[in-house]
Amino acid sequence: MNAVWQVIRRDVTLAMRSRQEVANPLIFFVLCASLFPLGVSPDADFLRPAAGGILWVSALLATLLSLDSLFRADLEDGALEQLVLTRHPFFVLVLGKVAAHWLLTGLPLILLSPLLGVMLFLPQDVIAVLMLTLLLGTPVLSLVGSVGAALTAGLRGAGVLLSLLVIPLYVPVLIFGTGAVEAAMQGMPYNGQLALMGGILLVSLVTAPFAAAAAVRISLSA
Amino acid sequence: MRPGFNYVTIRTLLAGNYPTYGSATSMTDALLEARELGCERDDRWLFRGLSFAVREGELVQIEGRNGAGKTTLLRMLAGLYWVQEGQVLWKGASREQQSVDFAEQLLFLGHRTGIKLSLTPRENLAFWCKLHGEAPESLQKEALRKVGLKGYETVPCHQLSAGQQRRAALARLFVSQATLWILDEAFTAIDRAGVSELEGWLSDQRSDGGAILLTTHHPIPAGLLDTRINLDELRA
Repeated sequence: MNAVWQVIRRDVTLAMRSRQEVANPLIFFVLCASLFPLGVSPDADFLRPAAGGILWVSALLATLLSLDSLFRADLEDGALEQLVLTRHPFFVLVLGKVAAHWLLTGLPLILLSPLLGVMLFLPQDVIAVLMLTLLLGTPVLSLVGSVGAALTAGLRGAGVLLSLLVIPLYVPVLIFGTGAVEAAMQGMPYNGQLALMGGILLVSLVTAPFAAAAAVRISLSA
Repeated sequence: MRPGFNYVTIRTLLAGNYPTYGSATSMTDALLEARELGCERDDRWLFRGLSFAVREGELVQIEGRNGAGKTTLLRMLAGLYWVQEGQVLWKGASREQQSVDFAEQLLFLGHRTGIKLSLTPRENLAFWCKLHGEAPESLQKEALRKVGLKGYETVPCHQLSAGQQRRAALARLFVSQATLWILDEAFTAIDRAGVSELEGWLSDQRSDGGAILLTTHHPIPAGLLDTRINLDELRA
């Protein structure tokens, strides 16, 4: 457990020393969401029903943008080798890296979302639901994404490949996330969608670290 | 790139069913033993049928021209690279059976050292110690002094020279309890005074009963060297 904490602390410290990399996905998130009022219509009648989808897709793309560097930097400077060679089970350390990734991208996205929700005319109680779905959904984005990031860490120009691998796996969270927001907007119960998202989170929590750890070993062998 | 799914891969997959030839009694004193190791890359054997043992108190040097597979061999022995053919034994049994002991007893320093450039040497060493077995802070401080980084402990590593970054990684040698050191290109970027210091550290480790496996193009003093393995001679 201490080892996980150490990995999280190191990754957060590293990120704090190159803040640009932390800020990039967040700026992307804000810009992406603000393009819809500009590009489609600034009308509340269009934006209010679309807001959940816009924010979810923007959050998904912003996470995707930040994933590429998850293992790449550590692979290139040899830090990943040193992590593999500790006495700790490697998937536990991978879980630490994923947790750090979520703290640095997922959590700030959740905190930014009410601001953009207001911009897109979301009612206050629906904003709360949106944040709840993001709270359940963004860890899934980090966990599932870590598998793709680990597989492509050793490849050059793997950005597109990473998207191709990961986006199909993001579809269920996206559907239930926007579905819950939609239901809340129409005053219908949304706990079914939330329960399914919680289920997806648990399944990815117990499977993704193993898959990512195995993928890292493959990347190291290349 | 990894070779495709060819007969080598198939043999590796079947290796579990192979009769284990020679019981482990023949070389019980060996820390690390390689049996009939083979490595194929791009449809060419880099080495094949490579067998040797590293015992306590021994220094083994791997030689070979550029591209001979020295780094691949060391990574294979450390467990970072997939063993295509043959076996790697740790204290007479397979590594998987005693993976915790193997991890605790191994110090691997690749030519990519794992030094984080935006962290200071002290932070780098502290993080490494936290994951590879605790070492008291005084010992870490002493290690950085020994590698000549006194006064640079709190300077971010990207401001240090290549040799100093290398030294920051070498500080691990003094905080580690490992019996087996695997050092890839250990002398890269180290200055002349540093080379003789490093030779002294290798000698200390050897006389303390530790084992060292290294690749280098730098000539190792004859008194220090126990075995030399030349990969060029092994090419099939």
